Parts: sequence; C-alpha cells; structure tokens
Amino acid sequence: MDSVYLDNNATTIVDPLVKEAMEPFWCQLYGNPNSLHTFGTEVHPYMRIAFDRLYAGINAGEDDDVIVTSCATESNNAVLNSVWYNLVRTGEKKEIVTTQVEHPAVSNTCRYLESLGTKVIYLPVNADGVVDAEILRRSIHPDRTALVSIMWANNETGLIFPIRELASLCREKGILFHTDAVQAVGKVPVDVRDAAVDFLSFSAHKFHGPKGVGGLYVRKGVTLTPLLHGGEQMGGRRGGTVNVAFLVGMGLAMELAAENLDYEQREVRRLRDRLEDALAGIDGVTVVGRREIRTPNTILASIKGVEGEAMIWDLNRQGVAASTGSACASESLEPNPTFVAMCLDSELAHTGIRFSLSRFTTEAEIDAAIAAVRAAVSRLRSISPSAAH
Amino acid sequence: MAKSDLIGGTLWESYSHKVNDRMLNPRHLGEITEADAKTLGARLVIADWGAEVCGDAIRAFWAVEPRSNRILDARFKTFGCGTAIASSDMMCEMIIGKTVDEAMKITNIDVEHALRDEEATAAIPPQKMHCSVMAYDVIRKAAAEYKGVDMDSLEEEEIVCQCARVSLRTIRDVIRINNLTTVEEITHYTKAGAFCKSCIRPGGHESRRRYLVDILASVRAEMEREKAQAEAAAPPSFARLGLIQKHRAVEVVLDEKVRPALLKDGGNLEVVDMKVADDATEVYIRYSGACKGCPSAEVGTLSFIQEYLQKELDPGIRVLPV
Repeated sequence: MDSVYLDNNATTIVDPLVKEAMEPFWCQLYGNPNSLHTFGTEVHPYMRIAFDRLYAGINAGEDDDVIVTSCATESNNAVLNSVWYNLVRTGEKKEIVTTQVEHPAVSNTCRYLESLGTKVIYLPVNADGVVDAEILRRSIHPDRTALVSIMWANNETGLIFPIRELASLCREKGILFHTDAVQAVGKVPVDVRDAAVDFLSFSAHKFHGPKGVGGLYVRKGVTLTPLLHGGEQMGGRRGGTVNVAFLVGMGLAMELAAENLDYEQREVRRLRDRLEDALAGIDGVTVVGRREIRTPNTILASIKGVEGEAMIWDLNRQGVAASTGSACASESLEPNPTFVAMCLDSELAHTGIRFSLSRFTTEAEIDAAIAAVRAAVSRLRSISPSAAH
Repeated sequence: MAKSDLIGGTLWESYSHKVNDRMLNPRHLGEITEADAKTLGARLVIADWGAEVCGDAIRAFWAVEPRSNRILDARFKTFGCGTAIASSDMMCEMIIGKTVDEAMKITNIDVEHALRDEEATAAIPPQKMHCSVMAYDVIRKAAAEYKGVDMDSLEEEEIVCQCARVSLRTIRDVIRINNLTTVEEITHYTKAGAFCKSCIRPGGHESRRRYLVDILASVRAEMEREKAQAEAAAPPSFARLGLIQKHRAVEVVLDEKVRPALLKDGGNLEVVDMKVADDATEVYIRYSGACKGCPSAEVGTLSFIQEYLQKELDPGIRVLPV
C-alpha cells in the first residue's frame, strides 16, 4: 500500500479530469480575456461554461455575482474589509459578530479590524459544537451590527452550522450575513438562495480543484468595495488578470463536486464511519460531535494517553497522513482555537487527531489506516506514563 | 521574516537525525522495577513531572547506588511529542554513570546540544525548545525525591525563561547595565523569550510566575525612581534658591571665576543688591579700584561677568551696574 492521504480538509488531490480540462489554457488558449482580439475572445466560451458551473454549484442567481478570487482567504478578507470600509468606518454601524471557532482567515482579519476600531463579538459554541440561533438572536441589533460572519462547517470537527436558520435570522433584521463555506462546498448541499446569505466564500482546492483560486458569492444589490483595486476584471469588483486555467478548473471541479454529492453522502460517509467505528473501538478514544451533524468526511478524535504530534509522526512513518490541532505541532505552540472553544476535554488540545476523507479515498486505504492507527496507539501508549499507572 | 520563513510546515524538517532516531527508537524507554534496582544494589527513585492535560508528562525511573550516590540506570516513560521523547531519552543517557549532584547540573540546553547532528545547527526548532525543558525538570524532581527534600530548595536562582534557562537576576542586570527599554532587546542580549515565548507576556503557551514585560516595567520603574532620587540629592537648581542662597552662589562664582581676573588688573567689584523678577535674577554690582571708570567695565567686562554667572548658575541672570 502506498501512502494514504486522510487530510482532505487541508487540501485535496486535483481530480485528473480537472487537470485535463485546464491543459489547453497554458500554451494554446493563453490570451488575456480582457483583450479584444481573437486570443482574448476565444477563451470567453470556456469562461462562460465555468461561470455557469460555479453559479449552478451554489445555486446563485443570474443577477448575483460569483467573483473569482485567489482563495477563500482573499474572499473573506474582501467581505470583512468592505463591510468595515462602508459601514464601520463611516460610523453607520459598530460591530461585527463572528464565532470563536472560525478559521484564521476570518478570525485574524477580525482582529485586524478591531485595530481599526471595530467591535468584534466572538460567539461561543453550544454543547453540539455549533452556534445556535438563540445566542445569535441575542447578540445582534440592526443599529449596531454591520455583519455576521459564521462558517458553514468547521474545518477541525466537520460540524455543520445551522446556516439556513442563522442567515434568515439576519435577513429578517436587515443585517448582512457572510459564511465561509470552504469546508461545506462539495461535502454537503450549499444553496445560497435556500440559505439567505449575502456573501459566501469557497476555495477550489478543497473540492479537487487547483490551489490558488477561489470564489466569493455576492448577492445582487449588496455593496462590495474591492480588496484588490485595479483593472476592470470581475466588473471592477476584483482587479487582476483572470487565471483562466484555474477558473476553468474550478468550474469543472464544482460541477463534479455537485455530481458527487450523493456519493459523498453515501460512500465517503460509509468509509468515514468504518474508520470512526474502528477508532471508537479503541479504549479511551472520544470522537468529537455527533455524526449526523458533521460533514460526511471528517473525524476529530481524542486518543487518551497519546500526544497529537507524536501520533501523526507515527502515522506518517506508516504512510498515513492525518493532522493534529495539538499545540505542540503548531509554529506558535498555541492550541487550536476550535479545541479551546469546545472545552469538551482539556486533553483534546494535546491529543486531537483529525482524519478527513474524500471521494478518492478507497476501502483498502481505510483498512490500512485502521491498522496504522492501532499500531501507533499501541506503541505510544507503551511509552506513556498514564498507561503505567 | 526572511526567505527561509516563507515556506511553512517545516517543523519536522527542523528535527536533527538524532531527534528523529531517538523518537523512533528510544534507548532508555521503559521502567525499572524494585527487583531490577535490588539486583543492581541500588535504590529505586520514581519521579513524575508534568500532566497529560498540560500536554506533556514524564515519569523517570532511576537506580541510584546509595553509598556513591551514583545513577546506575535511568529509564523513562512519557506522554509527549517527538521532542519530549527524544530529549527524555538523551537525558537518561547523559545522567547514567553520574552522581545525583552531577546529574543536577545537566540542563535542557545540554540535552539539546547532545541531540545536534552538527555543532552549529540546533537539534530542534526554537518553539520546540520548550518541550525539552521537561527533561531538565524531571532530573530536579528525581534528585529531590532521592534526597528527600523539596524540589524548590534545589533551585538556587529563580528562572524566568526555562527554555534558555535565564535567571531573574541576569535579566534584571542586563536591563540595568545596557539601559534596555524593550523586550526584544532583552531577548537579543540573553535569549530569554526566544524559544516558546511563554515568558514574554501573559497569554502565551504556559502561564508563568513572572513575565519579561513585567520585569522590564519594574526595573525601568526602579531605574526612574533612582534617577529621581539622585536628582533630589544633587544641589537644587539656582531658580529654586532663596535670595540669600542665591547671593551666596553668585559670590562663589565671582570669587572663583571673576574676581581673580579683575584683581590682576588692580580692580574689583561688589554685589550691591539682587532682585528677583519672574524668571530673571537681577544682580546689581559696583566696580572698585582700577575698574572704576574703566571704559570697558560698562560693556565688555559686564557681559563677561554676566556670561559666567549665566553659564555657572542660571541663564536668567542679568548683571547691571549701579
């Protein structure tokens, strides 16, 4: 067995069909789409197809915008900075409401906006590990709240937030709602009209597209001041020459993700559950969050007596790639904020291991991963003093 | 920031071969039982340090020969990352054959050095230095167990930065001697705060008894107080003197600097009166001897006297002839 990749929440393999679709745009169809000559215009049909696929993938309307960005981090920055520029800076509103478990692309941008005078409210999660409508209801007010930004699904736990309910609550009160949906697109149905969101961020490399390209949905009529000022690309909402190859790749990746949603819900979930059952069969293993409200590909487990970095080191040696939020494995020694906010188990900050599958994960890979996990746990527990007690 | 910082996720690449090797195949992992110790004619010492909830825990087993106080064997068990495992293993290797007192002289810095592949290249990245501190702590804990004393009594100095083992005294001294005003300067001079950064300010990876920011603030405050006291002890400024003291000060300067010059030419002067108006002090003088009626006495000499008094005492002094 070659190496087994179970870190798909970090990034995914590019679908070979996506790679093939991008191929003509390096050396043949390389024109700048903003040029008037044939080199420029001949790429337009491919771009139209790509946009059609992106719009269809999230059910955006013809009058909405799906702006192509470099990644979800850029999309998140564009939304938060624009809201600050138009509503907070002007004194019209004061606050941005978000959660304690956002990805740094949102949380660190919020910290930056705090330095520019924004009041940011970081909502805690409930016993299920998600933000519920009640706490949001108590934390927002049309006079004060400029924006609510809440992730669709959490990157560490896979827990899915009740975005439909949260967004409609904001819509009722006339408050802008943004969701970072990087961990949701391709894993669960994402429909921007069913859930009344104003902004939605996604990133191609989380659903088998290329790295370095993402999208930002902006509902019709909602103001967005560009983050990147420049040329007329994206109708002036995002300057910078369009990377046509990446746009085409992302478009196809979105279509394939939508087509595979059913497979994701059925097969990926089945394999995930197999791995999860095997983990849960080991003494002292706790899996975070109920299966039913998680993305079908994610497991966050705490393995008693086994430090996270040592665990992924041992797994890596056996060819299995997983991830840990352990403080010991981060550049800063800071424990993962999701773990801290969840407070489920104070050991989780040191023992949390995340396995994330994709539609490319095979049965044989799960078998190999189960064997590797058992071997690693057994070795590391034999080292651990708690097992000696 | 630099070119080398632009690629992330290099944590494991920064481990030396020795660290990798010892994490995978620790030589001294395991337990020493009472029976093992007895066979060696040694006393068994078991010491626990850390806790799993804090992210690292180690249990050390020592077999110590009681007459020589020599550590005949050392083993460990640990809950921790690769660095914790590798440094615990190296720590055991380094203390075997040493007396308990000799073992206590080994620090995490020595352990890190022993794990290097090349002398000039660190065995672990800076933020992981923290994870090697446990290996040092458990030596102190085991030594305290063996000696039957409290662990704190073994610490001669209060250590502020455990990663770089920098004491409170060193940090205070370096601030004073070099007149440091920022934490970055302290780190530059001592390496304190260069590794896991917990000791810089509250809110880091671990809470600490003291933080560099607070030490800096308190030493700076002490230095300010001392400066204020020194200024208070120095003679008060001319402006704050009463008229009699002002007159005395003026006479001292005249005697030392002015009159000798006038006397050489057979002249002299006396202070007739002094008046204080706002910031200015007016000194009224009358010439005698050769100065009396000298044409320059009203111009050059007068300004020469005034300049001297201004320079020595106060720029607000005006000298006027009567």
